[in-house]
Amino acid sequence: MPVRFSLVAQAVVVVLAIVAIAVIPNVIELFAMMQLTLFAAMAVLALSLAFIWGFGGILSFGQTAFFGLGGYAYAISAVNFQDSTPSILLAIIIPALFAAILGYFIFFGRISDVYLGVITLTVTLILFNCVNSTSGDEYRIGKALLGGFNGMPAVPTFNVPFYPDQVLSPEQSWWVTGGALLGVFLLLRLLLSLPAGRIVVAVRENEVRASLLGYDPRKVKLLTFILSGAIAGLAGALYVNWGAFVGPTIFSLSLSAEIIIWITVGGLGTLLGPVVGCVLIEYIVAYIGSQQALNSNLVLGAVLVVFVLLLPKGLVPTARDLLMRLVPAPKAKEQLAEEQVPPSAAASHMAGAE
Amino acid sequence: MALYLIVALDVLNGISLLFLLCLGLAIIFGMMKIINLAHGEFIMLGAYATVISANAGVNIWIAMLVVAPLFVGLVGLIIERCLIRFLYGRLVDSMLATWGLSLLIIGIVTTIYGNTQQGVPTPLGGFSIGSYQSSYYTLFLAGMAIAMMALVYGVMRYTRLGLIARATMQNPAMAATLGVNPTRVYMSTFAVGAAVTGLAGGLVAPVSGITPGMGGAYVAKAFMTVVGGGAAMLSGTMSAASLFGAVNQVGAYFTTPVYGEVLVFTAAIVLIRLLPQGISGRFFKGNL
Repeated sequence: MPVRFSLVAQAVVVVLAIVAIAVIPNVIELFAMMQLTLFAAMAVLALSLAFIWGFGGILSFGQTAFFGLGGYAYAISAVNFQDSTPSILLAIIIPALFAAILGYFIFFGRISDVYLGVITLTVTLILFNCVNSTSGDEYRIGKALLGGFNGMPAVPTFNVPFYPDQVLSPEQSWWVTGGALLGVFLLLRLLLSLPAGRIVVAVRENEVRASLLGYDPRKVKLLTFILSGAIAGLAGALYVNWGAFVGPTIFSLSLSAEIIIWITVGGLGTLLGPVVGCVLIEYIVAYIGSQQALNSNLVLGAVLVVFVLLLPKGLVPTARDLLMRLVPAPKAKEQLAEEQVPPSAAASHMAGAE
Repeated sequence: MALYLIVALDVLNGISLLFLLCLGLAIIFGMMKIINLAHGEFIMLGAYATVISANAGVNIWIAMLVVAPLFVGLVGLIIERCLIRFLYGRLVDSMLATWGLSLLIIGIVTTIYGNTQQGVPTPLGGFSIGSYQSSYYTLFLAGMAIAMMALVYGVMRYTRLGLIARATMQNPAMAATLGVNPTRVYMSTFAVGAAVTGLAGGLVAPVSGITPGMGGAYVAKAFMTVVGGGAAMLSGTMSAASLFGAVNQVGAYFTTPVYGEVLVFTAAIVLIRLLPQGISGRFFKGNL
């Protein structure tokens, strides 16, 4: 009974989210909607790191490598084909391939924690340095001029699939971006409730035990890494679609840091938390940018320090714990039911049920 | 011939600069297994301390060698008491908190001094080899790197203080039962690491543009040098700094400075893949 109830509740929430995405253009102004489109693209990026860090236990300091590759792959192919349909696919496939190569190198070399951080960080720096130095006419791919430090302006934005002349309006762009966010969210939620997702969490919990049960942790981590790279690439395409521009700062360390801040603030080990953290922090940054009194670095840094010290679980898990304490009666049954299943599965269920 | 000499000097310069910039981070990482991602900002603070006191009329040498390390050491002490001491043994949390700290310091310095570039003139003159120019400051930096290495080695190897530090590094619980106070050792180690970083910041002040965001250029390189060097703070850092410094300068000589950097990063990745415990995890086990 509780399981069916929670399924119904989740279905209701999904329907509500779809309705919200659909009606937002009618409710708010164009500027606010454009801002929401940007936040949604960034939230997809947040989800990509939330998945590998929170559930796979892999802290990548260079998630922007895949984000930037996705952005550039989209921009270059959109300029060449003048059609966004194959470009979006390329923006997913190329980062995924790159993640496959890099992940093979990392995980089959059994590199972990700090060392993994160094490698992902340096890869991002390599990409930044290389792309940054591609100014001049000799650096072009097909018709696309890379532009070095200045980036690529006037990138064609999304069009209706296979109809290059029908460019999406801002409303339609919002529907696509918001829909992509919801889609990625549901995909990850579904994956985490399947046996495959439980294996990912099991590897995070105890690699040795997982491998004794017959799973290859290296392969599991590699697949997790590739999926997260693909999602980050999609986020890159959505980001370029929002601004019609891509520049090397897309690879910057400060953006990598920002993703980690979103997740720390929202809550590690959840999917909803990073989305909440992303929208919240991006809103604060945008607000600070519009006035002169405070420096955005100062505020972001203070927020991160305060959260690590005082609220290390993040907003969403803390709020969930508070709610659980307020309404203990209906949840008690569910907890009992969950005690029947193996610990790792229960952990993934708990983690996925924010 | 003159060209080779100049390239050799450049390589020497790259190595000694990298070593000086990494030593403070290596001391903190080697002793406490804390990665201080605000390292670049400690360098920046040292450089600002130098520039501001030099522009206020303090002798440049005193500003560089005394004011910068004292100031940053004090800042490090305060930060250790307020922040780092809650994070020992939590590697990822310490990285996140110090990353936040680095943004905070950048924000504070930007608010006070603005996002503009400052500088001090390079002391000492230049000399020429054949038709090429170099400066005596390059040689001074190399001398400082050697002096710092000797100083750290001497203190760690031959003094009572160094003995206590090494004992705490190896086994804090055992050291505590023998009457050492690990909290105090950690506190002073962090302050010393910060002071050494501040000194490095003071030393690079005359040869680099000083902005609030300048630390970003150093932190990634220092981070990968220290991790690539492994647990031994002196031999590891020295060997990794030599490798990366040489690769950087030679690469920059044959291609462009940008690809020199790219080559260093690639070398770091390959090194960590081949020696996951760092250079000293393989070759200098048990050394300082």
